Amino acid sequence: MEWGFTEDRPIWQQLTEQITLRILKGEYPAGSRLPAVRELAAQAGVNPNTMQRAMAQLEQTGLAVSSRTAGRTVTDDITIIQNARKERAALAVTQCMTTLRELGYCRADALTILKEVSEHE
Amino acid sequence: MNEQLVTCAALTKHYGSKPALNSVNLQLGRGRIVGLLGPNGSGKTTLIKILCGLLQPTDGSVTIDGQPISPYTKSIVSYLPDRMYFADWMTAADLFDLFADFYADFDQEKSLSMCASLGVSPRDRLKTMSKGTKEKVQLVLVMARKAQLYLLDEPIAGVDPAARDFILNTIITNYNENGTVMISTHLISDIEKVLDEAIFLKDGQVVLHDTVDNIRERESKSVDALFREVFRARNFEGGAY
Repeated sequence: MEWGFTEDRPIWQQLTEQITLRILKGEYPAGSRLPAVRELAAQAGVNPNTMQRAMAQLEQTGLAVSSRTAGRTVTDDITIIQNARKERAALAVTQCMTTLRELGYCRADALTILKEVSEHE
Repeated sequence: MNEQLVTCAALTKHYGSKPALNSVNLQLGRGRIVGLLGPNGSGKTTLIKILCGLLQPTDGSVTIDGQPISPYTKSIVSYLPDRMYFADWMTAADLFDLFADFYADFDQEKSLSMCASLGVSPRDRLKTMSKGTKEKVQLVLVMARKAQLYLLDEPIAGVDPAARDFILNTIITNYNENGTVMISTHLISDIEKVLDEAIFLKDGQVVLHDTVDNIRERESKSVDALFREVFRARNFEGGAY
């Protein structure tokens, strides 16, 4: 997964989202050790202080935990990850439904289309 | 160690009757990467040259690590000038020897390993190098010191976009954690994501000094977009022909 940033929001927020996504996709599995801040900053081409802030936010959400001996790891609490994944899925569905509504479909029609298309996938 | 690394108070510089800096007040902390941003002729190079002791201010005061500009401050400031000042018969390795003689904090081993990762061969003479390669050598000279303040005047202007990323990466992985890096440029979109803070300089005055995250949060736009807005050139109004 490549790092990418949009213009309109603080970079640390976008970093938090992208690392979260990596955790949800299993790129950084539950309980595994996260790369060091400096290393991640170099990978993403961002300021180490910005990456530090993104990591602090990740700890706030509970997805990352830091311990004195093991450094910073992904949480081994599966329910936290499952909840975050569900939240992310809900967001994707909301976005999809908004687009369909803008196109003029009612809820029932939208669901039919969703079903049709996903069967062909 | 002084809390603020750089303090400028009412700093003013005139070239003859022409003002270049007009009562600049500025404080910089430690461990920051700061962008000094402004259009041509806004006073970026003048400010940097005063900080490294090449120019005397007309009025106002400057301190670095609590000291006025002096041999001590020169020993803790690492400066990348906007143009090359070395004899072209020298090799990169010659320059490393020269810098090791002049600066106690120059790390020769580090300079060689940075050369290797930037793809520069230290035995080449400067005159055989391309413009971009020469800039890389200069960057190695500056970043291989363990300084407290790095002043980089237009470090990425002459290199291709791929090398730009590489140079920015070199900067963020090599500056020491108590050191502050000040980068002057007008290529903002390229360096925005490595900056902690941005300073907008306009007609010799600081018109904005804030963290990049605050600017993005408050304005909902990138520093680059804000810069274009603040410094939008007025269209030439030639009148009717």
